[in-house]
Amino acid sequence: MKTLLLGAVAYDPKTVTIWEGFRRWLRARDCDLDFVLYAHYERQAEDLLAGRIDVAWHSPLAWVRSRRLADADGTALTAVTMRDTDRDLTTAVVVRADSPLTSVTDLAGRTVAVGAVDSPQATLLPLSLLRSAGLEPDTDVKVLRHDTGVGLHGDHIGGERDAAIALRDGRADAACMTDSNLLLFRQEGTLPAAATRVLAHTDRYDHCVMAAGPSADPAALDHLTGLLLDMSYADAEARPLLDLEGLTRWLPGRTDRYDALEKAVDEAGFYDRRGGVSVRGYRP
Amino acid sequence: MSAAIDLESLTLDNGGHLLVRRALGTLRPGERLTVRGAHPELPLQLGAWARSRGHRVDHEAPAPTDGRPVTVLVKGAAEELRWSGARRAGRADRADPHADPRWGLAARGALVEEGGPALDVAWVDRDLVWADVAPTLYARAAASQWDPATAVDWAVPDALPTDIEDAVVQVMTYLVENEQAALMIPARMLANLHPHYREVMQLLASQVADEARHVEVFTRRALLHRERPGTSGAGGRASLQTLLGEPDFTLASFLLSVLGEGTFVDLLGFLHHHAPDPVTAGITRLAARDEARHVAFGVAHTAHVTRSDPAFLGRLRQAVERRHDALRDTAGLNQEVYDSLVLLAAGSWEPAAIRRGWDAVQELQRQMDDGRRRRLHAIGFPDDESAELSALHTRNFM
Ligand SMILES: [Fe+2]
Ligand SMILES: [Fe+2]
Repeated sequence: MKTLLLGAVAYDPKTVTIWEGFRRWLRARDCDLDFVLYAHYERQAEDLLAGRIDVAWHSPLAWVRSRRLADADGTALTAVTMRDTDRDLTTAVVVRADSPLTSVTDLAGRTVAVGAVDSPQATLLPLSLLRSAGLEPDTDVKVLRHDTGVGLHGDHIGGERDAAIALRDGRADAACMTDSNLLLFRQEGTLPAAATRVLAHTDRYDHCVMAAGPSADPAALDHLTGLLLDMSYADAEARPLLDLEGLTRWLPGRTDRYDALEKAVDEAGFYDRRGGVSVRGYRP
Repeated sequence: MSAAIDLESLTLDNGGHLLVRRALGTLRPGERLTVRGAHPELPLQLGAWARSRGHRVDHEAPAPTDGRPVTVLVKGAAEELRWSGARRAGRADRADPHADPRWGLAARGALVEEGGPALDVAWVDRDLVWADVAPTLYARAAASQWDPATAVDWAVPDALPTDIEDAVVQVMTYLVENEQAALMIPARMLANLHPHYREVMQLLASQVADEARHVEVFTRRALLHRERPGTSGAGGRASLQTLLGEPDFTLASFLLSVLGEGTFVDLLGFLHHHAPDPVTAGITRLAARDEARHVAFGVAHTAHVTRSDPAFLGRLRQAVERRHDALRDTAGLNQEVYDSLVLLAAGSWEPAAIRRGWDAVQELQRQMDDGRRRRLHAIGFPDDESAELSALHTRNFM
């Protein structure tokens, strides 16, 4: 069986442990996986289409870009698997509990704290929510960006935490974060209990996905997909890896929940239709 | 089956998840839990919480009828799967014949999640470390701990004659070095013992703590009137070193506790009897009481091993012979220690007194030999072999 070369972004040192572990587990089951780590998603998205890697562990934004690159090339991309935890996320627009704001339109003239420029969940999607309420970012509302880990597509939690702190400390009137980070920030006390409330939230969307590019050997890919979908939380060797990567099981990849992000990318002019990086001031 | 709970005003950032977890615990994977509550953000929180734990929100569930938010969770399998390969770390009420290193540091009898690092210890078989009396001895040890600061009256007594004080300082110096060996050996045994054998672990730990106190009180007595301790002979240290080098649990216990500490109990009794001052009398009495427990475990454990494996007597014998051979060309007991014992028993340099002191030390050595033979016999050696092996014991006493 042919080797599959997987790309993943090194957003944290633990990615080495994770992919070494998955590689060991897969190789023990006759799946010859190798991996390379990238410093950011843009090169990974480009390399997937160029055939320098066969499979990419992609952020939703990297999926959008690779899909556009593939369309422009006339090639196809396959969504292999995703984590159970990648399905049905929402992003909340949070305000202080004593804030007079009651709807998204009340944010006109106010300051909204977001994550990094390339964070789908903490910047692109919530700003699109504001647009659908008729508020143009940087014109009708002031956007306070928190560019931690630019190029990591928001994988680094620091941008969202800084946005939450800006809200707490009164430097912003609202802050955008995922439902899970909102819960985390409240549980860990970054946001004091009962000090904030949710003003609005996005529709549900999907997050990361494992994407296979044109160079992936179909039989090897089938084998990989089957093994990942069979990987059980009951397996004591696999469980620490699943815990570290933040899932309890792999699910089939689905790609019908990225429409909101496609729209947000267009509105922000982040990528062009052919997958080129068109946003200004983005230097991963 | 399905279930329903009402969190009332609770949310998941102030404890509500405990109620959700508890309710899900009664369900099987795939079954549903309807969660109601007063807080408008509850569905958002439940969505995030459930997702991270492998549960699912049923978004097609019917909308609420009373205006309060309702979320229907579909239980995932993660929790059941996590514990599907779990095993008990033996039984709480008894020590298992074999302790699995994969039980790690788990409490005896605990339900151990599969996975995680195995414990890197050598002693994992009950009969290689056990003695039935260990729990009783540990309880006695725990009840007999004493505080060196208050158990001894350290108020500086009148100075002794210079030579007598010199003898006390030399004997204390010798005791400290022996106590340090007696501390390090059980500490090493402990570090290699599976904690499943909890009572043995606890007993050895209390033994280490006992020796730490002995080191303290003998040091303190040595320096009560003097700036510096006495001398440390090479032969004595060589003798102790052979104890430290014994890697086998039972052989180490046998050489240290049965033969060494057993002999030491007599020495401490002798020092208590002939002590020229109350501090020396007090600390040797306290130490001797502790040592008796150390000896009791050593004898009981070694006997436990030889009862199930009589051939082990041969290995015990070899260990004594090996140690004797290793020490054949060393001086054994420091001459100054021996002379100090004579002087302490004599009480003065008067020739008649020295004669009495000399006889007392001879009598002490006979007593030590008797004790060793008695203990060797208790372990299973016939009388003649006990006598032979006792005679091979180190001249350094320990
Ligand atoms: Fe001692
Ligand atoms: Fe001892």
